[in-house]
Amino acid sequence: MGKLFAVVVVLIAIASAIPIVLHWYPMAPDISAHGHLIDEQMADTMVEAGFAFLAAQFILGFFVFRFADRKDPGKIRTFPGGAKVMVAAAVILVGTEVLALGILGQRAWAGQYFSPPSADAMTIQTQAGQFAFYFRYPGPDGKLGPQHPDKVNEGTQNYFGLDPQNDVESRDDVVTAELGIPVNKEIRLLMHSKDLGHSFYVRELRVQQDFVPGLDLMVHFTATKPGRYEIVCTQLCGLGHYNMKAYLNVMSQEDFNAWMKQKISEQ
Amino acid sequence: MRMKQVCTAALALLIGPVAVFAGTISGKVTVDGPVPKQKVIDMSKEPACAKDYPATNPPKTETALEGPGNTLADVVVYVSAGANDEGTVPSQAVTLEQKGCRYIKHITALHVNQDMQIKNDDPTSHNIHPLAKANREWNKSQPPGAPPIDAKFDQAEFIPVKCNIHPWMHGYFVVLKTNHFSVTGDDGTFSIKDLPPGKYTLTAWQETLGSSQQEVTIGGAGETKTVNFTFKGKAY
Repeated sequence: MGKLFAVVVVLIAIASAIPIVLHWYPMAPDISAHGHLIDEQMADTMVEAGFAFLAAQFILGFFVFRFADRKDPGKIRTFPGGAKVMVAAAVILVGTEVLALGILGQRAWAGQYFSPPSADAMTIQTQAGQFAFYFRYPGPDGKLGPQHPDKVNEGTQNYFGLDPQNDVESRDDVVTAELGIPVNKEIRLLMHSKDLGHSFYVRELRVQQDFVPGLDLMVHFTATKPGRYEIVCTQLCGLGHYNMKAYLNVMSQEDFNAWMKQKISEQ
Repeated sequence: MRMKQVCTAALALLIGPVAVFAGTISGKVTVDGPVPKQKVIDMSKEPACAKDYPATNPPKTETALEGPGNTLADVVVYVSAGANDEGTVPSQAVTLEQKGCRYIKHITALHVNQDMQIKNDDPTSHNIHPLAKANREWNKSQPPGAPPIDAKFDQAEFIPVKCNIHPWMHGYFVVLKTNHFSVTGDDGTFSIKDLPPGKYTLTAWQETLGSSQQEVTIGGAGETKTVNFTFKGKAY
């Protein structure tokens, strides 16, 4: 019985590793300048965790196979140095593993969070609210007008609460329902929540960042491949959460200029 | 038995003349000056609705609908004083449709306590969220194919209504204490019928431009009075 259990454990471990090793469920193609760092980090983590997982299962299987059907329930052997040494060894082993992943991963993390976008990055603001994303471009003056929550009016599509009558900077702001960006241009995306916690996630862009009400956060990225990609909310935000999405439209510079012209005419 | 007949006859005498000799107020609503631009609505978030609109004729906002000759559509004109018909609730329900991720109509006028049926004709979920202050505020979701939602409002109020899933969906429920109201059509005209002779205050309400009032007297039986409203425009 013990031997059968050991074989089943090993078989389950191998079977669950197959889809990952053979890439049965590949990640969506990466379309960002920084994405390969994230993908490498994911691969490193997967290899490391995969080896640890398989090793643990195989050792478990080995011990079960070897000792499960023993008649004498007495002690086989003690860990050299006793329990204290075993705990210390485990802490050092796991600690080294986590630390190593952290150090290897800091390049991907720091590139996203510790280094500012370049000076010529294009500024766009996104606002998340139950249950849609809207985007605002600063227009020719390069300035986003102030937001007045009391001016928010869905009827006039004033989702950002702008007051163009009194705020000069707001007059040329362009508000859209889709995030149109030029390809190979760094984007500085300012993130504002209208109501509660949401999340901005584009899997092809390898960007996922929460919106926090009251905190204006920022992410920056460069898209390298034209196309239309889904932006979804990945922070449960209410009954319409499943339908909270928008589209990222990566275009060539000429297409973007034409698109922007069209959007300006719709304001 | 005889008593009942007498009563019925008396009632007929009372009501008869009112119906026969009732007056009508009709007129036109116009705007003097600019109105907020009708902005294009981007429905790309909801492909099921976006496909209902050709690229040449995109859906637009409806906060002020100006027609030829500066006429204004979707203005609610109602008798705000003098009608004394509070409490006579029409028995038939008003219907609000959600179609192509719009409210049809954009403005729904009804009497206090009148039944309202809200239907979802779209292949997507909506939620109906009347932002009521005097009435109880509620927020109900309606998946595609769900039965109509029955609603009733027991206080007179201008209630903005929205759908949280599709933020561009916006309209008004205008709950009135009178049955004598009319919503202007595309040509800006309105007509309020069945008004017995008397003095009335007529109010016209437009969601962006506000409201204005006029006094009207229906003197003789069957008289038709013309009352025109002109709103002062505003650009934002």
